[in-house]
Amino acid sequence: MSRNRFILVTTVLVSLVLIFFGFALGTEQAAGTAAQASAIPWWVWPLALFVVTFVLGILAVLGGVGGGVLFVPIIGGFFPFHIDFVRGAGLLVALAGALAAGPGLLKSGMACLRLAIPVALIASACAIVGAMIGLALPANVINIALGGTILGIVAIMLIAKKSEYPDVKKADALSQALNIHGIYCEASTGKDIDWKIHRTPQALATFILIGVMAGMFGLGAGWANVPVLNLMMGAPLKVSVATSKFLLSVTDTSAAWIYVNNGAVLPMMVVPSIIGIMFGSIIGVKILAKTKPAAIRYMVIALLLFAGLRALLKGLAIWK
Amino acid sequence: MAGKTKVTEQLAYATILDKGMKVGLLMLIISFIIYLTGILTPYIPVNDLPKYWGMSVHKYLEATGIHPGWTWLGLVGKGDFLNFIGIAFLAGVTAVCYIRIIPILFRKKDMAFGIIAILEVIVLVLAASGILKSGGH
Repeated sequence: MSRNRFILVTTVLVSLVLIFFGFALGTEQAAGTAAQASAIPWWVWPLALFVVTFVLGILAVLGGVGGGVLFVPIIGGFFPFHIDFVRGAGLLVALAGALAAGPGLLKSGMACLRLAIPVALIASACAIVGAMIGLALPANVINIALGGTILGIVAIMLIAKKSEYPDVKKADALSQALNIHGIYCEASTGKDIDWKIHRTPQALATFILIGVMAGMFGLGAGWANVPVLNLMMGAPLKVSVATSKFLLSVTDTSAAWIYVNNGAVLPMMVVPSIIGIMFGSIIGVKILAKTKPAAIRYMVIALLLFAGLRALLKGLAIWK
Repeated sequence: MAGKTKVTEQLAYATILDKGMKVGLLMLIISFIIYLTGILTPYIPVNDLPKYWGMSVHKYLEATGIHPGWTWLGLVGKGDFLNFIGIAFLAGVTAVCYIRIIPILFRKKDMAFGIIAILEVIVLVLAASGILKSGGH
C-alpha cells in the first residue's frame, strides 16, 4: 500500500470512528440526565471538537467543499452543543478559512475583487437578515430547515455540472457598466484565458437568497456561490472557486458579527474548531497535491447525507 | 480584474487582509492559551460550561447574566472573554480592507465601485455595531 493510500485510508477510518464517537457521546448527553452529562469531563468536548474538525479540514479539502458546510450539520447533529452556538462557531470557522485563503487567492489573481465586490454587498447585507432570522427561530425549525438545506446541497453536489470555461457570447449591460471581466493564466496549459460574465442581475438576485441562508445556518456558502458564479454568470471554474472562497470572508463577517453581538459565540467551541480545521486543511492540501481520490468526494457526500438526515429527524423529534 | 492585470486595489486589499488575518489568528491562539491555563479567571468556570452549551443562546444569556452586544469589552479581564479580542479583530479585518481601497477606487475615478465599497463598510459597521438584536425563541 502506498504512503498516500495509507494516509487516505487512515483518514477515512479515523473520521468514521470520531464521528461515531461524537455521535455516541452526543446522544448519551442529549438523552441523559444532568448526572450523566457531568460524568463526561468538560475537556473531552473541546478535545473531540479539535480532533473531529481536524479530520473535517482534511475531508473538506479532499472533497472540494468548505469547512462550514461539514461543520454545522456534523457538530450540530452529534455533539451536545446547542445549534445556536454551532452556527456561530460554523460561521467563524468558515470566516477564518476564507481569511486565510483570501490573500493568496487575490495576490495570484485567481480571485477577482471586481467580481466579488458587488456580489458581496448583497450577500453580506442579506446574511445579516439571515442571522437575525436564524437566532429568532426555535431550534427544531432551524434543524428541519438545515436538514432540508443539507439534503439540497447533496443533490447539488451530485447533479450540478461544472464548466471549466463557460461560453459567454456577450457580456450583459450591467457587467459591462461595472467593468467586470478579466484574464487569468491557466497554469496547466500556460495560456491566458479572457473571461467575461453575463446574467449579472439574475445572479445578484440569487445572492439575496444565498446570503440569507449563509447567515441563517452558519454554513458558509461556497456550495451555492460556485454554481452561481460559474454556471449562471459564466466565470471560469477556477475564478469562480477562488472568488467564492474570498467572498465568504465578506459574507460571513457580517453574519458572524450578529452571532457575536447576540452572545452566540463560545470561545471554548470556536477556537479548537478554527485551529483544528485549519491544521486539517493544511494536511488536506498536502495530500491533495499528490492525489485526488474521487472516493473521498463520495464519502463527503455520504457524510453530508447522513448529517442532513440527522438534522431533519432531530428537528422533527423523530431522532433525538 | 483577475489574472495577469493585477489591479492596485486588489493587491492593497490582499496585503491588509494577509497581515490582519495573521495578527488575528495569533491573538486568538495566545488568548486561548491564557484561557486554558487559567492565568486569567474565566467568567464562566470551565467545569460549568457543559451546563450552558446545550442551552439556546437566549437561555444561556439569562442563566449567565451576560449582556449581548459590546458589553464583552468590559469583561476582557476574564479568561473566556479575552478571546473575543481575537474574534472581533478577525471579524473587523474585512472592513479595514474595504476602507483601505476606497481612496484608491476614487483616485481611479471608479465611482461605482467606490460607492459600493462605502456601502459595504456601512453594512459591516452596522452588523458590528450591536444595534441589530435578534428576537427570543
